[in-house]
Amino acid sequence: MANGIGQYLKHAKDAVATIFEGMSVTMSHFVRKPYTIQYPDRIAVRVQDTLPLRYRGILEVDLEICTGCLACERACPIDCIVIDAPKDKETRAMLLSRFDIDIAKCMYCGLCSEVCPTGSIHHTTEFEGADYSLESMIRRFVKDPILAYKAKKGEETDPLIAPVLDRGMEFLAEWAEPVDMKKYKKGQEEAAS
Amino acid sequence: MQSFIDGLIASGAFGGLPAEAVYPAIMFLFASLVVFGFVLPLVTITVWLERRVWARIQSRVGPNRVGPQGVLQGLADGVKNILKEDVVPDAADRPLFMFAPYLLVWGFLATFVVIPFSSALIIADLNVGILYITAIVALSAVGVLMAGWASNNKWSLLGGIRSAAQVVSYEIPAGLALLPVVLLTGTLSTQGIIQAQGWAPWDWFMFHSPFTFIAACAFYISALAETNRTPFDIPEAESELVAGFATEYSGFRFALFFLAEWGSLYVTGAIMTVLFLGGWQIPTGWTHNTVVLNIAQLAVFFLKAYFWVFLAMWIRGTLPRIRVDQMMSLCWKYLVPLGFVNLIGTAVWMVIWPEGNPLVPYLMVVGTFVVGVIFLRRVLYHLRRAKPELYFNPAI
Repeated sequence: MANGIGQYLKHAKDAVATIFEGMSVTMSHFVRKPYTIQYPDRIAVRVQDTLPLRYRGILEVDLEICTGCLACERACPIDCIVIDAPKDKETRAMLLSRFDIDIAKCMYCGLCSEVCPTGSIHHTTEFEGADYSLESMIRRFVKDPILAYKAKKGEETDPLIAPVLDRGMEFLAEWAEPVDMKKYKKGQEEAAS
Repeated sequence: MQSFIDGLIASGAFGGLPAEAVYPAIMFLFASLVVFGFVLPLVTITVWLERRVWARIQSRVGPNRVGPQGVLQGLADGVKNILKEDVVPDAADRPLFMFAPYLLVWGFLATFVVIPFSSALIIADLNVGILYITAIVALSAVGVLMAGWASNNKWSLLGGIRSAAQVVSYEIPAGLALLPVVLLTGTLSTQGIIQAQGWAPWDWFMFHSPFTFIAACAFYISALAETNRTPFDIPEAESELVAGFATEYSGFRFALFFLAEWGSLYVTGAIMTVLFLGGWQIPTGWTHNTVVLNIAQLAVFFLKAYFWVFLAMWIRGTLPRIRVDQMMSLCWKYLVPLGFVNLIGTAVWMVIWPEGNPLVPYLMVVGTFVVGVIFLRRVLYHLRRAKPELYFNPAI
């Protein structure tokens, strides 16, 4: 019987002690900073700017360095890229008269940017693709027919094109050998501070 | 008030309507005014507070978009619920199904009659106030059981049965925990109980003797169980019973269930304040303006009541739901015997020290303070160990 009463009191004591401890744990959580990222409007930095270079967001084309080789159009497994690259009848130069990407179809596989020789077509970190109609989700990059880019021997000398080409090469290098994410993040933090 | 209305009737303001028709109309008007002007905002704020407190305990943010810091979230939810279709299942018992939520809301609204918000602000100071509260709170059990039965659904019925078992069981420890206070004051009137206490902690019944302290804890646990709060929320256990007795409800009637649940949370805090925490008692003598005095009393009452409400939220963020058998054994094997011990102990205490022990209340206040310090040290220990980023600003 004594054991019974001892058990009984022990249960009561255990209940009080464990609830006491549990309440102290939750109170310590009460004063911690919430982990929530209040996307989209109440954040210090846009989420797009915190994403790594190889993030496969919505596709973008730098027309200045597009050679019109059609490698991306052929690589695309679902044919969401349509390119028209006719030859100019008089100058025999290659023109780009159409470069459409249907973002609604795109599955973000990255095969097009992998085969691009100049890094012209690449993924951005942009992911907010919501729109009101399917038609407006087709990105039409060419307004008027323009000349396709022709690779030069040696360094690119045009001051307008050179930085774009450098960036494209960065994308290519990223495909060939991914950046060490830890170093990349550290570098970004240093750049931010 | 009555003489004012009599004067209006005499001056022909109501076009010669008989007084028997005017009185109910004015009472109805006044009741709606109280409900819409006081109870609804109160519940809205309580729900918002609960969600914010709970969110912070889980390292989240909680609603902070609708209105300043999300205060109007409850209003938005209420409007949404009112605009939704009021679905009544085909197989349901239609009249009972329609009526049950009103009974539930009625049971909690009626308790506001005897809650003394200040020395003057009370709807009716009944001389059986405490008895009235225990009786009227049991009405909600009828509402819940009715909802569970009328829904004609397994989950609802199980939820209703569980709730009925729970409320009926916990009425007994709650009643037993009230009795020491009734013994001490010799009155059942809520104002009388508050007037028997003082503004200082050592004048509160909670710290009157060890027995009343345990009675306060027992009453709080029973009140949590009666209002179906976690860890006693088995009637609406989401993981087992979908939403318990509220499973089949939608729209306005569903909103009524929520109104009753969070409203009774505040009522619990208010009753705890009245019985054990000195109610609206504040130091007197610093003002002779009754309006200022009453506002100060109101503020003190709300602070104390919301302390208990916050404690309930905090417990909800801490403890898991208990099993049905555990709930029953807690009630019958622990709280009921404890209630009898408290009752007899208080009676003996009153025989030995009819005016109350001169030293024990101070010792109990100091003891509570020491326990609080120990608790704070545990909290600091957990913070030290986890090294988290701290954020004390309640706004986010």
